Amino acid sequence: MMASNYNAKEEYGHQPGATGHGGAGTMTNKKPDNTAFKQQRLPAWQPILTAGAVLPAFFVIGLIFIPIGVGLFVTSNNIKEFAIDYTGVDMSSPCYNCSQSYSWNSTKSCTCSVPFALDQPFESNVFMYYGLSNFYQNHRRYVKSRDDSQLNGDKTSLQSPSKECEPYRSSDNKPIAPCGAIANSLFNDTLELYYIDPNGSRTAIPLVKKGIAWWTDKHVKFRNPSGNNNNLTVVFQGTSKPVNWRKAVYELDPSDSDNNGFINEDFIVWMRTAALPTFRKLYRIIQKKANNLTPTLPRGEYILEVTYNYPVRSFNGRKRMILSTISWMGGKNPFLGIAYITVGSVCFCLGLVLLSIHYRYGKRNNSAEISS
Amino acid sequence: MAEKWLWMLMPWRGCWSSRGKRDGQEEERHVRANDRDYNDKFPYADNHIKTSKYNVFTFLPINLFEQFQRVANTYFLVLLILQLIPEISSLSWVTTTVPLVLVLVITAVKDATDDYFRYKSDQQVNNRQSQVLRGNLQNEKWMNVCVGDIVKLENNQFVAADTLLLSSSEPYGLCYIETAELDGETNLKVRQALTVTSDLGADIAKLADFNGEVICEPPNNKLDRFTGTLYWRDNKYPLDNEKMLLRGCVLRNTDWCFGMVIFAGLQTKLMQNCGRTKFKRTSIDKLMNTLVLWIFGFLVCMGVILAIGNTIWEQKVGRSFSVYLLWDEPIRNNNVVFSGFLTFWSYIIILNTMVPISLYLSVEVIRLGHSYFINWDRKMYYIQRDTPAEARTTTLNEELGQVEFIFSDKTGTLTQNIMVFNKCSINGKSYGDVYDEFGHKVEITERTACVDFSFNPLSDRKFRFHDSSLVEAVKIEEPSVQEFFRLLALCHTVMPEEKNEGDLVYQAQSPDEGALVTAARNFGFVFRSRTPETVTLYEMGTAVNYQLLAILDFNNVRKRMSVIVRNPAGHIKLYCKGADTIIFDRLDPSNQDLMNTTSEHLYEFAGEGLRTLALAYKDLDENVLEEWMKRLLYASTVIENREEGLADLYEEIETGLMLLGATAVEDKLQEGVPETIACLTLANIKIWVLTGDKLETAMNIGYSCNMLRDDMSEVFIISGHTSSEVLQQLRSAKEHILGLSRVSSTADVEKTDEFSDDSVFEETIIAEYALIINGHSLAHALEPDLEQVLLETACLCKTVICCRVTPMQKAQVVELVKTNKMAVTLAIGDGANDVSMIKTAHIGVGISGQEGMQAVLASDYSFAQFRYLQRLLLVHGRWSYFRMCNFLFYFFYKNFAFTVVHFWFGFFCGFSAQTVYDQWFITLFNIVYTSLPVLAMGLFDQDVNEANSHRFPSLYRPGQLNLLFNKRQFFLCTLQGMGTSFLLFFIPYGAFCLAVSDDGSHISDQQAFAVTIATSLVIVVSIQIGLDTYYWTAVNHVFVWGSLAVYFAILFAMHSDGLFSIFPSHFPFIGTGRNCLTQKSVWLVIMLTTVACVMPGLAVRFLKTDLYPTLTDKVRCLQQASRKLRPQEQNLRRVRRTSSRRSAYAFSHQQGYGELITSGKNMKVTASTAGPSPPLSPSSPGRVHNSRSLIESTLKRKGETPVACVSAEAYGTSGTSEGNTRTQQTLMD
Repeated sequence: MMASNYNAKEEYGHQPGATGHGGAGTMTNKKPDNTAFKQQRLPAWQPILTAGAVLPAFFVIGLIFIPIGVGLFVTSNNIKEFAIDYTGVDMSSPCYNCSQSYSWNSTKSCTCSVPFALDQPFESNVFMYYGLSNFYQNHRRYVKSRDDSQLNGDKTSLQSPSKECEPYRSSDNKPIAPCGAIANSLFNDTLELYYIDPNGSRTAIPLVKKGIAWWTDKHVKFRNPSGNNNNLTVVFQGTSKPVNWRKAVYELDPSDSDNNGFINEDFIVWMRTAALPTFRKLYRIIQKKANNLTPTLPRGEYILEVTYNYPVRSFNGRKRMILSTISWMGGKNPFLGIAYITVGSVCFCLGLVLLSIHYRYGKRNNSAEISS
Repeated sequence: MAEKWLWMLMPWRGCWSSRGKRDGQEEERHVRANDRDYNDKFPYADNHIKTSKYNVFTFLPINLFEQFQRVANTYFLVLLILQLIPEISSLSWVTTTVPLVLVLVITAVKDATDDYFRYKSDQQVNNRQSQVLRGNLQNEKWMNVCVGDIVKLENNQFVAADTLLLSSSEPYGLCYIETAELDGETNLKVRQALTVTSDLGADIAKLADFNGEVICEPPNNKLDRFTGTLYWRDNKYPLDNEKMLLRGCVLRNTDWCFGMVIFAGLQTKLMQNCGRTKFKRTSIDKLMNTLVLWIFGFLVCMGVILAIGNTIWEQKVGRSFSVYLLWDEPIRNNNVVFSGFLTFWSYIIILNTMVPISLYLSVEVIRLGHSYFINWDRKMYYIQRDTPAEARTTTLNEELGQVEFIFSDKTGTLTQNIMVFNKCSINGKSYGDVYDEFGHKVEITERTACVDFSFNPLSDRKFRFHDSSLVEAVKIEEPSVQEFFRLLALCHTVMPEEKNEGDLVYQAQSPDEGALVTAARNFGFVFRSRTPETVTLYEMGTAVNYQLLAILDFNNVRKRMSVIVRNPAGHIKLYCKGADTIIFDRLDPSNQDLMNTTSEHLYEFAGEGLRTLALAYKDLDENVLEEWMKRLLYASTVIENREEGLADLYEEIETGLMLLGATAVEDKLQEGVPETIACLTLANIKIWVLTGDKLETAMNIGYSCNMLRDDMSEVFIISGHTSSEVLQQLRSAKEHILGLSRVSSTADVEKTDEFSDDSVFEETIIAEYALIINGHSLAHALEPDLEQVLLETACLCKTVICCRVTPMQKAQVVELVKTNKMAVTLAIGDGANDVSMIKTAHIGVGISGQEGMQAVLASDYSFAQFRYLQRLLLVHGRWSYFRMCNFLFYFFYKNFAFTVVHFWFGFFCGFSAQTVYDQWFITLFNIVYTSLPVLAMGLFDQDVNEANSHRFPSLYRPGQLNLLFNKRQFFLCTLQGMGTSFLLFFIPYGAFCLAVSDDGSHISDQQAFAVTIATSLVIVVSIQIGLDTYYWTAVNHVFVWGSLAVYFAILFAMHSDGLFSIFPSHFPFIGTGRNCLTQKSVWLVIMLTTVACVMPGLAVRFLKTDLYPTLTDKVRCLQQASRKLRPQEQNLRRVRRTSSRRSAYAFSHQQGYGELITSGKNMKVTASTAGPSPPLSPSSPGRVHNSRSLIESTLKRKGETPVACVSAEAYGTSGTSEGNTRTQQTLMD
């Protein structure tokens, strides 16, 4: 630094004669360029928050949001939804007994029947969800406890899963497939739905188990190793099933090779971890009947047959079964409609308040005032 | 050992760490001329200079070491290390690494380029040529010059190293040097070689045989001191500073000289003086650091809250939830508190984005941009000297918008240091004004016709005069006019130099004198040559030889100088020029009438800010003179009280003078100085003038640049000689101001209330005072017990002028204000004597003027003209401050909105430090998605355009009051950020509790949630920056829209099948963007969130501008309105000229030059000297010795701090009483 300074002044000092003779012509011209950028004169739009610009924005937003909110609210209200808690906390609950005895490895499964009635018929496709409460699928240690490479069918990851899967990485010195806490805690209750005819006979309602996962998940993110879905038993040889599971991954749906192993849709749905501790996941779809005359689920009595495998009582969890129709905006969601109406009306009112304040107290700025 | 290692690592620590070490070793320097082997025995530095820090191999380690010395970088490194611990890593290490590496690389590149330029300039200096005696004379590069070498210097060459002068082309071994680079003084200085060495002359053989040994002090940084001894031929000769030529000096008026190198390279006095400039930081910087600390504190608080939450959660829920989620090993073995401890660190990691790495980098980039805008500004480019403004530091820009005090040098800063003979009054007639045919005064401009001096072949072509009547008067040989110019041509201490016939150059000791002699020269009374006993004039073309009988020299007490000459006709005359008050006291009573008219003219001249001087003569009788001369001779030989005796004698003969007239010399102000000062004053900036000049000169300039005005209530002059006197004067001044304002305040209250903040020109209403303080009083006033009184009094005054101030005192005054007023100070100056204050003040500005470059080199900003200061502060400074504040406000807002979402999420994910967003989003948010729009705002935003910034100086006020970004603003922006984050989290939360996509599948999964919040966040902050931007250039548009586009592009790229198939474990978000952002409900959520986040802020802002519009808001409205019509004319009030009587014998003159002339020691024997040249008096050794002591005594006197000037004080007190009566009158009115 010192030398550069020194140098600079020397250069200055070297033209003592030049100042006298006005040697401007010989000197290099250091005059800055006259560009809009360098002179900070770039053409610009300079908006000002005047009443004329701000107040209409409030009114417009209010006027747009309130109708949207009303629309959402109405749509949401038209959606039929039925939820039933089958956890079996109460003594009176049909699943009480099952909920009391929980053990992952019990060979005999406990079943219970939960009767319920639908007051209204459900038209169109009906979606069946299972809902869990107080279940922390979003816990950091839980979320990271998976190996996406393994789930994508990577063979090396199959044999030696990622460290993230600990402590569900291996059992009996064999790698676990699929590894990790998420897979280990796969929801394994079986829900079946029966319609009770007025004459007392039970009709099983057909539940579609495919098409419940995202297309990308099913076709890109999850893949069985070697891509061959036929002899999964061979493929998964040398791996161990997750400790909590009753059957191995290749036995999830032996009937349908396209829904077995890692690409089992129930499994995929479970692996997409929920954002909040109370969540619902799509379980089955009840498709609209071919003849449009009868509703998909007519009103009347139903029985939910639960194969109760999934213990939640230990952490005060709840399990629910939810039946719902959907609309263009998805499922029943009154929050969004109400929120829109609220925000819209707040904006509108704020607009009114601001308008009155502006007219009563606002200082109309003009030039006369400044250059006093 | 450790120290040595450190030294190796950091060679740039510069000269002083090494200096300290070598000082310990070198107590005495032994140098033998022409003896390399001997000198090499000592570890003397060679003349090679290295200021670059790195070389190719050391760059990386040193630079990294340096960078990690910064707290911020180290902090992020620690974070990075934390992230590598699997138990607590809540984010992948990539998120910190990418930005950190980016920051390090950018900084390293900048450092490398800087260092490269340093290296290049080192090379340039080192490769300079100089002539070195190595057996014979040969050219050598500077870096090869060694201690003990004998070098030859030629006229106008730079001295390569500190050398001992051996011999020169001038008689007596004299040589002249200009030391502008060292101390800023442009006048020539004399150096004289020892007689023994000057006899060596230019004889190469003798010089090569010269083997004297110098033993002297070790290297130090004292420019004015040198002690040593020369041992040669068994004799000892003492050496002092008057025999040294220091590196950086320029040889002038000397054809050649030889010297012996004593100190070289880094050990030269110049280099030893280049202390590292203190690293200056802006107040925003300091505030920012405080705020960052606060944020850390806040972060720790949040971490603790969440850690406690985690402990409780793990205890209550996690324990039972372990059915599905086993505890990790450490927690299982120990307890939940340990889990909480780990969570704390995890949260520290994810919440660290509240202080993003990019903050510091962005601030640097913005400042750099602002610096470039300053460099590029054509309106601060001075065409005459081809100098653009230069921001020499890039770290202080926003502080330019907060300046409250300006400390200005006078000479060269406010004034051009050019004296112009402007007007005169001769025998009661005033010359210099130009009148048109109707008798109206014509304003003199560049285009006014100049007087034609072609009749005079010896005239100076640069001299301009507009009143042709004076030339007419000279031509018709009006006696008084002739006598007037004769006096000017005779009575001075100027040295003429005539290289070619008719090409006269005057070496004037003060510019005033030069101006007067030049005026006489042009009007036909050419001072052509002088000897100790004679002065030769060319009067209207004919040579006239005057015998110089005596010079009655100038000093501060006498305030006048006289010469006694005998003209060819044998008449003896005394010519006297001096301060009008002094001269008028010594006039013959018959001059009464003339005195009155001249006095009137003087009033007029002084009113225009001219420096006036009265001229008088006296005819002397031969006998009287003879008798007087005898007494003079006697008086000058006595040893005791010689000065007093001489003064009495002078006093005795300078009586009964006949008035000739008066001269008026304009101390040319820099262009636009009064207007600039007026404008800056309106911007509520207080301007203090600190000058080394005399009180009268300073006041004169004060009046001419409108800092002092006649309508000021009172001008206080402090000139006490003791502490108690000074205290007394300060106290009374203060009481006076306070007492008076108390009286007037009741009347003013309503007035000021009415106009309060709205009035742009409110400051002009309040009564104005000025304080002028003299150097010796200042020395007392700066003592610890008085400085508070000084400060209080000075701050009550509109104008403060300190005169006769030493460089040290300048720095002390600045320091006083800086430490006690908590205000931003700016020092502006052009000379080496201003360096100390430039370095002390928050901001130092150097005028790249004529007095060397020292000030510029020490400064933070430099430009060529004082008036550019207005633009620098009111436009660039204000913009910089505004931009930086807006930037910081937005930046903190943005990062709080971004980060605090994790906090809210913590309550729903078991306090497990799970991130809300995708890791890639966290990595890229600050450096890609949101960096450019905020940078564009920080670089280009303008609230008010430049014309209005000048027009309404009060717009500067918010910066001074620090209104735009302070702790309150910070609190507000964090609050806004946290509010936004709250809405950002809870609106999607409410919506996603039950959300199901339109194909029935669930979308309330974590990834969809993350994408929704992230998208909302990016949109919200983009809209927010849109609202914060006042000035939407194309660049802003491109950046804002581009950032949004880039966000979506990257989002879909990251969520694409392709990337996933390559790195399945790094891009787990595959398909989320597609599945999520195709849902209408998701977009409804995003829209709702955006509106909910933006509208409250908008409403508040609208209310603020609507109900309590700031001046900025008003000016903006005005600006928009006027743009629709047409640009308005500027209506800044014209600055009034003052019309106050100022007596100003304003010579920047030093005593002793008369003596120098009569001794004849500074006269050259050159054959080319035209005119009759008397034989030079034989130079006997005694005479030489005498002359040397004379020069020495003269130089010594020059070195002294300004002499106390008694009459100045008397003048001052009279001024005060004058002022008193005037105020009393106004009070009575």
